[in-house]
Amino acid sequence: MNQEKTNHLEIQTPEGITFSLLLAGPITRFMAWLIDLACISTILTALGTIVALLRLISADAAFAALIFGNFVIAIGYGILCEWGWRGQTLGKRLFRLRVVDEQGLKLHFSQVVIRNLFRVVDSLPIFYMVGGVVSLSSRKAQRLGDLVANTVVIRYAPVFEPDFRQLMAGKYNSFRKYPHLCAKLRKNISPVQARIVLQALLKRNDLLSEPRVELFKTIADHLRPLAKFPEEAVEGLSDEQYVRNTVDVLYNRGPLK
Amino acid sequence: MIIDLPGFIQREKKYWDELENRLQYLEEEPFAALDLQQVERFHYLYERASADLGRLGTLASEPETQRYLEALVARAYGEIHEIRGNSHRFHPLEWLFKIFPQTFRRHIAAFWLTVAITLLGCAFGGLALALDPEAKAVLMPPQLLQSPQVRVKEEESAVHDRLAGVKGAFSAFLMSHNIQVSIEAFALGATWGIGTLVILFQNGLMLGAVVVDYVLAHETPFLVGWLLPHGSFEIPAILIASQAGLVLAGALIGWRKPLSLRDRLQAILVDLVTLLAGAALMLVWAGFVESFLSQYHEPALPYPLKIAFGCVELVLLICFLGFSGRREGKNQFP
Repeated sequence: MNQEKTNHLEIQTPEGITFSLLLAGPITRFMAWLIDLACISTILTALGTIVALLRLISADAAFAALIFGNFVIAIGYGILCEWGWRGQTLGKRLFRLRVVDEQGLKLHFSQVVIRNLFRVVDSLPIFYMVGGVVSLSSRKAQRLGDLVANTVVIRYAPVFEPDFRQLMAGKYNSFRKYPHLCAKLRKNISPVQARIVLQALLKRNDLLSEPRVELFKTIADHLRPLAKFPEEAVEGLSDEQYVRNTVDVLYNRGPLK
Repeated sequence: MIIDLPGFIQREKKYWDELENRLQYLEEEPFAALDLQQVERFHYLYERASADLGRLGTLASEPETQRYLEALVARAYGEIHEIRGNSHRFHPLEWLFKIFPQTFRRHIAAFWLTVAITLLGCAFGGLALALDPEAKAVLMPPQLLQSPQVRVKEEESAVHDRLAGVKGAFSAFLMSHNIQVSIEAFALGATWGIGTLVILFQNGLMLGAVVVDYVLAHETPFLVGWLLPHGSFEIPAILIASQAGLVLAGALIGWRKPLSLRDRLQAILVDLVTLLAGAALMLVWAGFVESFLSQYHEPALPYPLKIAFGCVELVLLICFLGFSGRREGKNQFP
């Protein structure tokens, strides 16, 4: 078994499918914890205000509520949030982090409780030093509480569905006049090359003008030898249009436009 | 080879959306019971999404769709392959009268070890104080360094209630502090039990020294009347939290257990939470008793009455932990 440190948690299902989850690093987790600390402080301030009103009825009861409330909130904030929000606190939500079971299974209440109670040890001696050191040396970036509770903290990126319509938007593709060359292009290009080409096109609007021109020139130069289209098909085509036509040929198998 | 991605997405998206809707329902309603037809459909959608992910991973080259599918399959996988019981709502009475005492008895060996270490600490502390009275400052906390006779005299001649108006706050402080100590005793079980054993021995050391100090000063009735009413719950509660720490240590060490560390920990997680919650509940009660009863002495409260109260509590606790839920427990797997 590979024991090297990794930033991905790979899970293989009994169906033979492998999916990976991006593990959160100690720095991001620490930032999320700072946000949670601010939340706890805010809740405690609110509790103090409520208790001040309770003092009008009984000062002793108010003070008791304040002491016990402080304790319960400090311990219970993480437990309640992570249980109610399926592995997230407010800080984790802001940083797109989530606590999950180490094997990708459902997070159980007992796991949430144990990992949060272990903050007592993980936070020793100050600023989560024990937890930080354990996390840095752990293969899956787990602090002590995570190791005992069999949990990991993952980062999840927002998932967007790619909009393929923007690639051609009904435009004429001169390559499609040559189906045999289109077939040759599909045959010669590797999936990795196709991925690069598609991603370049999808993210083209994020690029500055000069690097954009340079990038598409480099890609087009790589694509041209894969299938040599006649002069009339490529005449007047910019490098970016060449790449766009190629992507259309690769990913859109509809009728000729 | 590249697949016709837009066509593929167009064909499959309705199934992904359906799976997502079902997942959302299950996530919002964790106790929802699905009928056979719904389970079959859910399983079908999961397998279809898994197959799509496999196809996308090997044939195509669209990382965003792949990430979306991975997230969907990951969520569905968690729902489908989870076999640990989570289907029952929490029933407080059932938990208190069945699950907690059964869990306690299931790990009774760890409890006896906590008792033994505490008694060892008591013996050591008591002996040390008896042999070297000057060691008192080292063995006992600062608030108990006063001579027992002087303290008893002060307490018994007190005219005013020194806890008047702060009893609630004092009990809240005791509860919070003792639960915190219990959590520490438990969590230090992660040091293969060494930290837990050190805390137990240290507590025993202090307790033994206090007991011998008061006994040698012929203030035994005061001592028992002071400690027994809340100690009959407080000390067992700390021992139970430490029991959880030792159970954790046992799982970490895994001696003679043919299971992986993950499986060993998984097998005890619920038990750990049960023991800790039980200990916390006992400490809430002990906090009330210590604040409202233990701190009052003769002539306000006669010692025989306080001692009798403590004894009744202790007997009830022993009966509860020893016998509650025993009949139902016989049919359960260990």
